[in-house]
This record gives sequence, C-alpha cells and structure tokens, in this order.
Amino acid sequence: MDPLEVARWQFGITTVYHFLMVPLTIGLGIVLVAMQSAWHRTGKEHYLRMTKFWGKIFMINFIMGVATGLVQEFQFGMAWSEYSRFVGDVFGAPLAMEALIAFFLESVFIGIWVFGWGRVNPRIHLAVLWLAVLGSVISAYFILAANAFMQHPVGIELVDGRAEMVDFWAVMTNPTLLIHFPHTIFGALAVAGSMLLGIAWYHLWKRRKDGIDTVDEQGYVVVGSSGSKARDEADYRGWRSSFRWGGWIAIVAFLGTAFTGHTQAQMMIEQQPLKMASAEAACHDGTGFSVLSVASGDSGGATTCDDVVGVFEIPGLLSFLAHNDFTTPVEGVNTLIPKYEEAFGTHLPDDPRYGERAGAEIEYLPIMEVTYWGFRLMITFGGIAALAAAIGLFIGRKGTVPYDKTLMNMAWLSILAPFAANSTGWIFTEMGRQPFTVAPNLNGIDQVWQFTAAAVSPGVSGEEILFSLIALTLIYALLLVVEIVLLVRYTRGGHPAGMPELLADEQHDDDDRDKPSSDVLSFAY
Amino acid sequence: MEFLPTLWFILIAVLWIGYLVLDGFDLGVGMLLKGWAKNESQRRVLLNTIGPVWDGNEVWLVTAAGATFAAFPHWYASMFAGLYIPLTIALLALILRAVSIEYRGKSHSQRARNIWDWCMAGGSFFAAFAIGAMLALTSTGLPLDEYGDRVGGPFAWFNGWAVIGGLSVVGVSLAMGWAFLSLKTLGAPREAGNHHLRRYLPIYLLPAAIWVIGVVLRYPKVASGGMVVLAAAGMIISWFASRQRKEGLTFTGMVIFVALGVGAIFTSMYPNVLPSTIDAAYNLTVTSSSSSDYTLTIMAIVTAIFLPIVLAYSAWSYWMFRKRLGEQHIPESAVVTPV
Repeated sequence: MDPLEVARWQFGITTVYHFLMVPLTIGLGIVLVAMQSAWHRTGKEHYLRMTKFWGKIFMINFIMGVATGLVQEFQFGMAWSEYSRFVGDVFGAPLAMEALIAFFLESVFIGIWVFGWGRVNPRIHLAVLWLAVLGSVISAYFILAANAFMQHPVGIELVDGRAEMVDFWAVMTNPTLLIHFPHTIFGALAVAGSMLLGIAWYHLWKRRKDGIDTVDEQGYVVVGSSGSKARDEADYRGWRSSFRWGGWIAIVAFLGTAFTGHTQAQMMIEQQPLKMASAEAACHDGTGFSVLSVASGDSGGATTCDDVVGVFEIPGLLSFLAHNDFTTPVEGVNTLIPKYEEAFGTHLPDDPRYGERAGAEIEYLPIMEVTYWGFRLMITFGGIAALAAAIGLFIGRKGTVPYDKTLMNMAWLSILAPFAANSTGWIFTEMGRQPFTVAPNLNGIDQVWQFTAAAVSPGVSGEEILFSLIALTLIYALLLVVEIVLLVRYTRGGHPAGMPELLADEQHDDDDRDKPSSDVLSFAY
Repeated sequence: MEFLPTLWFILIAVLWIGYLVLDGFDLGVGMLLKGWAKNESQRRVLLNTIGPVWDGNEVWLVTAAGATFAAFPHWYASMFAGLYIPLTIALLALILRAVSIEYRGKSHSQRARNIWDWCMAGGSFFAAFAIGAMLALTSTGLPLDEYGDRVGGPFAWFNGWAVIGGLSVVGVSLAMGWAFLSLKTLGAPREAGNHHLRRYLPIYLLPAAIWVIGVVLRYPKVASGGMVVLAAAGMIISWFASRQRKEGLTFTGMVIFVALGVGAIFTSMYPNVLPSTIDAAYNLTVTSSSSSDYTLTIMAIVTAIFLPIVLAYSAWSYWMFRKRLGEQHIPESAVVTPV
C-alpha cells in the first residue's frame, strides 16, 4: 500500500473536516462580540438573548473545532516527517506561536466566559469574550502564515538541504498571507452571516406559523406575544436583529471575499501559474475566461490538455482578471509545464529515500477536474450565499418573513452554501499546489521547494496510516451527526435554549444579571 | 554546550511538566467520573471542577508539540512518526474526551449521558496511558536508523517501558485528580480524595518512580540524582500532608514530585532528545535535531514575552473559580425543547 496516497487522503479529510468548524468559530465569535457589546452598551434585553442563544450554538461548534484541531498539531510529524524535517525551522515557528499566543488566549478566556455569567463583573465578562475571540482571529493569522509559506516560501534560505528561516518578519508579512488572511476572515463571516439569517428566518417563520406575529395590509409586521417570555416582543426583536445582522454580514463578507479573491488570483498567476492555468483549464496561452470547459474523455484517465474542450469562453476576461487589461495573454498549461520541467526536473531523483517512487516521472499538472471545478464551485456557492442574503433581506424588509414553508426551507438550506464555498476553495488551493508541498517561489528564492512525494514519513507504513485514516474518519462522521443533532435541537429551542430561565414559571427581575442571587452556578455542565 | 538548543530543551521540559501537572488532574478527574462517581449529581460536581479550565490545560500539550516542531524538527518528526500508533490512540482519546464534556450536559437521555461518561473516562484513561507510553519511550529510545526513521514495523516501539510510562501517567493523573477534588469540592468527593490519598498515594506514584529511577540509572548524572531525591521528598511531603488533611500541601507535594521527576528524566537524557536503540551514533541530540539559532532566538523572545502573560491569566482563571463546589451548587440540568 502506498503511504503517500493514504497520507494525502488523511490530510485532506482531517483538514477539510476541521475547517467546517473553524470558520463558524471565527465568524460567530466576532458576531458574538458585537452582540454582547450591543447589550452592554444599550442594556436591551433582546441583545442579551441573542448573545446567550448564539453563544450556545457557538460552543457546540467550538468544541468540535478544538477536538479536531488537535490532530493538526501532530499529523505533520506522524505522516509527513520528511516534510517536518525539511521545513520545521520555518514552518514550526508559526505553529508554536499559534499555540502559545492564540490557543491559550482563546481556551482560557472561553472557559471564563462560559462559566463567568453572573460571577464576573459584566464589563470584565465582555472583555473576556473580546480576548477569546481575539485569540481565534490571531490563530487564523498564524496558521495562514504557515500555509502561505507552503504556497509562496519567503524569508528562508536553503542550508544543508533544509529550509532555514532567515527573516521572520518576511514570513509573517508574506504577501500571500496578507491577502489570505482577510479572504479567510471574510469567508468565516459569510458562514456566520448565513447562519444568523437562516436560523432567524426559521424563528420568524415559526412565530408567524404559530399565529404570534401577523402582517397588516401593506405587509408590515404586527408583532404579537404568546404570553410567555419565550415568545414575547423581545423574542421577536432578537430574531429580527439576528436576521438583519446576518443578511448584511453575509453580503459584506461576500463582497470582501470577492475583492480579496480577485487579488489572490492575480497573485497566484505570478506565484503559482500552473495552479491558475489548471483552474482555468487554460491549455494554451490566451486571454479568454472559460465559463465552461469539459473533458472529451479521449485520454481515458485524468483529464489532461489533450482532451479539454472549451464550451463557452469570454474573450479577454481572463487577461482582465489576471493583469487588469484585455489583451496581455495568460500563459497556459502547455507553455508552463516545459518551464517547470526545465527548472525542477522531469523525474524524481533516483534516491532510495523516495522509496518506490524514486525515479518516477513528475506530473506537474494538478488534477484539473479538482482545480477547475473547485474554483468554480467556490465562487458559485459564495454567490448563492450572497444572493440568498440579498433576497432574504429584501423579502424580510417589512419586519418579518412570509408564512411559506418552501421559502423557509430554502432559507435554512442556504446556510450550507458558504460552508461549501470554504471547503471547495481550500480543496482548490491545496490540490492546486500539487505536486509540491512547498511550491517553489518563482520570483526569488528558487532553491526551497519540496515534492509531496518526498514529504511523507519514510518509516511509517501505509497500513498504519490507513488505520488512523479509518479510525478518524469514523469518529469524525459520528461526531458530525452528533453536532448537527445538537445544533438542530438548540436551534429549535430558540432563545430559551440559551436562557432556560425564560421558560421558568416565576418572573425574573431583569436586573439580576449583575448580582449572583444564590450559590447555585448560573451555568454548569 | 550549545546555549540556545539547551535552553529550548529546558523549555520543552517545562511545557511537558506544565501539561502533566495541569492536564494530569483533569485526566484523573475524567477517569474518576466512571471510576468513583456513583450518581448524576456527583458526576456533575466532578465535571464542573474542571469545566472552566480543562481546555486551557490541554493547550499545554498542543504547545509542547508545536514548540518541539519549531525548536527540534527532527525530534518532532522522529518521535511522532515512530510512535504513530500510540499517538493515534492518544488523539482519538483526546477527541472523544474533549467533545464529551461539552455534549454530555446537552444530551437528554440518561443513556446518552452514560455513553458520554464512558467517552470521558475511557478517553482520559487512554490519553493518559498513550501519552505516558510515548514519553517513556522518548526517554528510553526508539529503533531509529541513521535518518531518524523507525525501523521494524508499526509495533517496533513496544516494550516494557511503554507499559511503565503508560501506568506512570495514569497513576500520577489519578493521584492528582484525587488531590484536586480534595481541594476543590465539598462533601463526598473531598472525603473520598482524602481517603484514597491517605491510603494509596505511594501506589499511585509507584510506576512513575520506577520510570524516573530507571532512566536516571540508565544515564546517571549527579544533577538528576539530586532531583530524584527532591522528587521523593515531594512525594513524602504529599503523603504526610494527606494524612493530616492538609489538602493544599498534598497537591503541592505532588506538583514537586512531577516537576522534579520529569526534570530528572530530561536532565539524565541530555544531550540526547531521542535515543536510538539500534546504535548510539543515531541518537538525536539537542544539537543534531534543533532548528537554526535564528529561529531559536526568535522563539525564545516570543516565549519570554508571552509565557508569563499566559501564566498570569491562567492563574487569574483559577483564582476566579477558586470556590469549592458541592452538589448544592449545581443547577438543574436544562432540557431544551422546541419553542
């Protein structure tokens, strides 16, 4: 069994899975900070309800991010020991700093935040959340610094066959990182925005279904109350705010990803031209943007330039995207591969360290189906999310949503779109980096690069990796079901899911948030 | 002696001590969830003593791994690839454990809670055992070739040291778990903790003592011998304190035992970070496995700034939740129903 293939599947599965949780943690964390700050400033009840409800949703997801993130810190050494030895000097530093600077901040303060309701002075309690979320945002920066190094290595020299860091500042201000970071944060906010919109839609719809809210002749909402604190006017205002916040966040986030993504694509054409060319199925140098290309299937196996058939192409658009003009041609795959072969060889070195792959021919073209469709699906899913948000805001402009089950179902389904956009985007950019783990920096430091085939652990057998792959995939699949069941349960529970006291019979005084009234903890596992 | 690699070797030892002390009692309390607690309210008291802090404690493990990657990439690569199977078990156990503490309280049926309890207790046990086995094998050596790659197949690492190391961390965690419960709870868990430590404390710490002494005898050094004596003093202090119900001193004695015991192991190993059992010429040492001076310097500066900050706010969080917990403090568990 070839350890390389199994190890790649394992890395892909564990990382894509981890990154289902991460954007929600980051995006919803930022939103939570805004909600609790709004409550702190205005004292309005519905902001407190929002903070508590979304706080529960946040925690259900946060913990899965923590659990699956553990694997990330270890698997470079486990399955990719040659990679770790080659780049550890520069790649390990951001990982260690992420743990020391970001993870401690995030974990310690989330613990205080969750248990601190009613026990910590409200101002400090808010500061605690700020710090925890700051930790998650800083962690994104560090881990993206590590990833940007793999896409575009800077600040290094080749010493005795290893990459050594010579300029830490350059690593931390890698131009690839500076554009990766906002792109990723906007992607995370898109997830949070869609989540807010979709879930708030469900509750506004439910209030209409249960006859609590109605609309007047002009279609404007007439807010009602069921008599219970769980379904009163503050409940309405909470969902109304979540709805509006979600819609605007999703739209702004989409615009942010689009602008940063455009800059990223231009940078990619400079840094990793083959990735971009294969994402465009651009075999020949040209100016046209492929709206749709298909494989003729003539070559049998993976699609290559021999059987790409352009179906519909917009002339000049690719050049515009790449160079901001309509005429400068963009180099295609057929031009680029010989350049790579000249620079980095046509065959892997005949070194026993490469195992059975020693002397094998190098395939410089990433799997074109993956890059081509990954790129397009990312944009499509992002577009769907933004469109859904815009339509949603329009439909809901009069204060509530229509009593229409199909629309409601579409609204919550649209939550999935930004998740899909994040995953396809990462699959595109990581698969497009192949056959390298560290892609060569074409405009400077051209000695530091590594083939994926040379990165895997030489001492570890394919069976060992298969064992962990199966075990992790099974546990991840089970836990995903559990997470979704809990998210649905808490979503359906509405604001009382975050504030059980809303359902309690006795009327609570709204002011008791400041003084712990008894010895009983306000939160406990 | 190379200054920077040696400094980083010490820092990695400090991170492991931090992990074993802090996550040690977490893991112990996790095991006691099935090993001792008899009913729902006792289980909830146990979980809530570690509730606000366990996640931060686990970051010590992540930081130890990350710092090893950054400061000693060859050590990181050889250790984690060589110990692939035990590390996989540790990760699976830690995943289940992390999720169970959060999801247990959100489940509705007794059956689901019971499954999560087993995930917590089993996850804590296997995590402690696997991490102990890995650390013990790191101190006694792995069958590494000249490139630092393990030879001999997926189980070539296995020997008696793996079992001793596994039992060491399980035993230390249980003892620290009991000591933590004596310090942090009221009523039954506190009494049970005092009772167990008074009677069995040396048995809990025995495997760890064997591991420490075994490693020190293997590579004898005056300094590590001195640390062993001090560690033994910590253990004796802890035992005597437990007999006099001095709960704070019992815990402190254990911290001394762990810190100096692990310190003795690292001191004995130095300058090796991971010995090869095939040929001493293949041993990974602080100099042969370390990063460049430039990287180590940057990392040292960052650590000098941020480690004290981390310690300060971690201490603040412990102070914040310093009150003892009893069954009377635990609120009714909330049941979430659709609106």
